[in-house]
Amino acid sequence: MIALLMRDLRLAFRAGGGFGLGLAFFLILAVLVPLGIGPEPQTLARIAPGILWVGALLACLLSLDRIFALDFEDGSLDLLATAPVPLEGAVSMKALAHWLTTGLPLVLISPVLGLLLFLPGEAYLWLIVSLALGTPALSVIGTFGAALTVGLKRGGLLLSLLVLPLYIPTLVFGAEVVSRGAMGLAVDTPLALLAGITAGAVAILPFASAHVLRINLR
Amino acid sequence: MASFWEYANPLKFMRTTDWLLPIVAIAAVVVTSIGLIWGFFFTPDDFRQGSTVKIVFIHVPAAMMAINAWVMMLVASLIWLIRRHHVSALAAKAAAPVGLVMTLIGLITGAVWGQPMWGTWWAWDPRLTSFLILFLFYLGYIALWSAIDDPDTGADLTAVLCLVGSVFAVLSRYAAIFWNQGLHQGASLSVAPGTRMDWAYKAPLYISMTGFGLIFLALVLAGTRTEIRARRMKALVTRERMA
Repeated sequence: MIALLMRDLRLAFRAGGGFGLGLAFFLILAVLVPLGIGPEPQTLARIAPGILWVGALLACLLSLDRIFALDFEDGSLDLLATAPVPLEGAVSMKALAHWLTTGLPLVLISPVLGLLLFLPGEAYLWLIVSLALGTPALSVIGTFGAALTVGLKRGGLLLSLLVLPLYIPTLVFGAEVVSRGAMGLAVDTPLALLAGITAGAVAILPFASAHVLRINLR
Repeated sequence: MASFWEYANPLKFMRTTDWLLPIVAIAAVVVTSIGLIWGFFFTPDDFRQGSTVKIVFIHVPAAMMAINAWVMMLVASLIWLIRRHHVSALAAKAAAPVGLVMTLIGLITGAVWGQPMWGTWWAWDPRLTSFLILFLFYLGYIALWSAIDDPDTGADLTAVLCLVGSVFAVLSRYAAIFWNQGLHQGASLSVAPGTRMDWAYKAPLYISMTGFGLIFLALVLAGTRTEIRARRMKALVTRERMA
């Protein structure tokens, strides 16, 4: 399983494309929003938590169809399904690789973008914490969506239609943590709920994803 | 006593629904007409809401069926995943568009009522938001069905989506409540003390709800029959090609 993870990471870094794209998208979004809304610091500070969370979510969405598509095309997914490693484990590793190449960089770059959007100072810690806690759920849920649509010719648009509604609870609690942090309120309730969603998704969804993959490979 | 599972046999299902469907359809039309006509013409105006209160006889039954349709799809999906009865998968498929339309009716009638009463067509209230989210879930479910050619694969994938979606739909509902306290009044019919609706309204509302339930049943039966016929046709065409 470690080997599988390393393979996916190497592919993501070397084969180009996937790795930087999500980050670039996140950056462009943070530039476009002030251009569309206007440069007033108060307005931007007010909407910054939501924009940053929505941006992270969309950046995650961008790279989802790459999780299984390439492996499905060249047949290595069939090999994985018949390998001694349980498919649930392989799926979890795929999700982890996706998080390491998409979610983690987003977490790391988010304070810089927060600066662009005049995010209040108290909120930075909670921005990083909430993204670090929430993006794994985005990767795992996205892996499920990618597994559902892996066999389809034009799965990309369908994938977003399926995955975005599933992202709603994560987004609500994640953005809530940051905006409460920005106003200096207590954040423990949404933070606990966010952590609960992530823990539940990481624990259960790989089984659903693996089941769906087996159906698609039948 | 015949077992419920007998209807997993498409032949048996078709034979029973042959005579059952017209009865249910007629009953649906009659009961809904009684409920709506009574509701619209023979109830007094509310002392605060005036005659706009009468939209409740469409709004509440539609909203109820929107949720019930999803629950029915969930049960049918479970039956398909566990016992692999094709009729069950097809019934879930047939229920989705009906649920989608019921959700839309609920949203639209709510907007029409909300404009004069709340002074706005739309508010980001937890109930309204949850319904919009439910609408998105229906869209995704239907889109996945229509994207897949092989019927068994489609049934499997949509069934799993329905299970996972149900969990997230419930989560979204609570997230929406957490996110914003709203304008929408509490449940229209509740056993909790202190929430009263006069029998003058309640009686036609119950009739109307029964009517909407029958409409749903009739549409799902008709839809399932269509799906079964479509399957048969496909099988015949394949056989023709093989010969």
